[in-house]
Amino acid sequence: MTDLPRTQHIITSGAIAAVGITVAYISYTQEPAAAFVFPRLIATVFALLAIWTFVKALLGRTKVGQGVNGQDMRNLLPGLVVTLIYAFWAAKELGFYTATTITFFILLTLYDPAPHTEAKTWIKRVLITAGFMAVMYGLFAMLLNVYTPREIFS
Amino acid sequence: MEFLYYMGDVFTPINFGLLLLGTIGGLILGATPGLSPTMTVALMIPFTFKLEPQQGLILLGAAYTSTVAGGAVSAILLKIPGAPANIATTLDGHTMAQKGEGAKALQISFIASAIGGLFGVFLLIFLTPVLATWALAFGPSELFWLAILGVTVIGTLDSSSVVKGLLSGCIGLWLATIGFDDIMGAQRFIFHSSVSGGINVIPALIGLFAIPQVIAMFAKGRSNVDAEIIVVQRHPIGAAFREVFSRKRALAIGTAVGSIIGLIPGVGGQIAGLVAYDQSKKMSPESAKFGTGHPEGVIAAESANNAMVGPSLVPLLTLSIPGSPTAAVLLGGLLIHGIFPGPALFTQYPEVVWPFINSMLVGQILMCVFGLLIAGWAANVARVPRAVMAAVVLGLAVFGSYSVGHSMGDVYVMAALGLAMYFLERFGFSAAPLVLGLILGPIAEANFMQGAMIANATIGQMAYFFTGWLNWLLILIVLASIGYSIWMELLQRRYTTKEDAQA
Repeated sequence: MTDLPRTQHIITSGAIAAVGITVAYISYTQEPAAAFVFPRLIATVFALLAIWTFVKALLGRTKVGQGVNGQDMRNLLPGLVVTLIYAFWAAKELGFYTATTITFFILLTLYDPAPHTEAKTWIKRVLITAGFMAVMYGLFAMLLNVYTPREIFS
Repeated sequence: MEFLYYMGDVFTPINFGLLLLGTIGGLILGATPGLSPTMTVALMIPFTFKLEPQQGLILLGAAYTSTVAGGAVSAILLKIPGAPANIATTLDGHTMAQKGEGAKALQISFIASAIGGLFGVFLLIFLTPVLATWALAFGPSELFWLAILGVTVIGTLDSSSVVKGLLSGCIGLWLATIGFDDIMGAQRFIFHSSVSGGINVIPALIGLFAIPQVIAMFAKGRSNVDAEIIVVQRHPIGAAFREVFSRKRALAIGTAVGSIIGLIPGVGGQIAGLVAYDQSKKMSPESAKFGTGHPEGVIAAESANNAMVGPSLVPLLTLSIPGSPTAAVLLGGLLIHGIFPGPALFTQYPEVVWPFINSMLVGQILMCVFGLLIAGWAANVARVPRAVMAAVVLGLAVFGSYSVGHSMGDVYVMAALGLAMYFLERFGFSAAPLVLGLILGPIAEANFMQGAMIANATIGQMAYFFTGWLNWLLILIVLASIGYSIWMELLQRRYTTKEDAQA
């Protein structure tokens, strides 16, 4: 077993086992049965392997995977929250270009190691964000003609 | 020699321009630590939608070739491999750079890459049509086993745990069944409206390969790439060519090892580089110099990882079985243009496939030329803060996924799969078998159902799928790959235990 607390492996493999069992259950109970012949085959192997992995985790015999340590989790959490809000809400509700501009700037602010106290840092961040958005607009709106959801400011 | 007939297509202004763009862009992106070739090619697929299939594939092929070679820049100058394929390059390349031979190391790495790459593409040119003719003998049962073979080989050889590799493959196969069943039209596993039409492969690829890298960059917190960039001194190119050709043994070993490993689905460039490095060291009279900045180490590793690129496409173009994760992404690129690789590819779409292969041949030479020109400068991309890279990749992932079908559902699928994959990777699961399952799932199911119908009308299900030498050969390879991986895992565990005991 790695240094990682066994609980993390148990939770992850338990979640996968739950998905595997659910998939197997649906495959064997849903109609029309003919449409689920191949899924049954897959789901059986899926569930068996998932249960095997879960049992190994319960017994503390998991050999691979270093898990997520506390420091990594604290580091990634703000970025992850911003990413989720961006992908699942802001892109559609605010419009792609508005949401991307805001997200890009927030991520730079959160993870750029340059000091927040210097005006130069902020100017650089604004310029990088503007430059990136200009490239994205040029590529997707002008070159590829991708019609994105209506912008909140338009 | 059919390929020569289509050679002119590579040099049309648009095609050659795309080849240049893919090559130079690939070199720069490959030199960027954190951007793998697979992720780069996945993010480029949406840009090929507006292009003709031939043009799109030329762009993707050029990016594939040059990102692998570009990875040597950061491996040599920063000791950070640009891609897993460049791990072996750091062993001698970075030491050479520390000794003031950075330019020489870069030059010999690009020359060796080009020579290995050219050999690999020639193998692709001459082996593919032969194998394609042979593959015409494959019926539904053989194609079903072949798809299963693709998933299990990558699942077992590309993963640190056999069970978790196979489980990843199963998750991919299950994801491929989501949506409406092709024959009955029945709904299967539609738990959210975003997946009612099934899981679109391109957003899934982008999510599975790009988002985990974005989150990994977040996990490093507020920091720059933690490496000192070594200043590159001038070095005559002629001397670098003489150096490479005077080390014929390392070049031959690297090229041969890379080509053979490339042909085996799932093994990949990382293994090719390391095995070639190890074999060159063992066979060299100067083996003691390896690890101390010996040019043979760089030549063997770089010729191997680029020699692997061409052969890794042989199983893809003939049997629809991608030889590497990047080849799997290329398969996604082919599918979105309505091209289904397989034995008939060379008869149905010669005007697409031959210019694509030829472009990889020309691309190797361009990669060498531009690599030599921009190598020192490309290392500066490592100065780009992680925060900028993460934000850029995230933006491209969201726009790229949306542009596939102008659907927010694709963005949700991309983000959800990417987020799940990050955590799964932290627990020993791997994206490659999952992607293979997702891509090969429909092929496996279609052939399984077709085979089942034939079987019911003739000799019965069990007999149909387990009769004939080809079926048994494929089944044996599936079992052998699983058995070999379990044996290797047990062996590794025993050595680890012994080392632990000694410690």
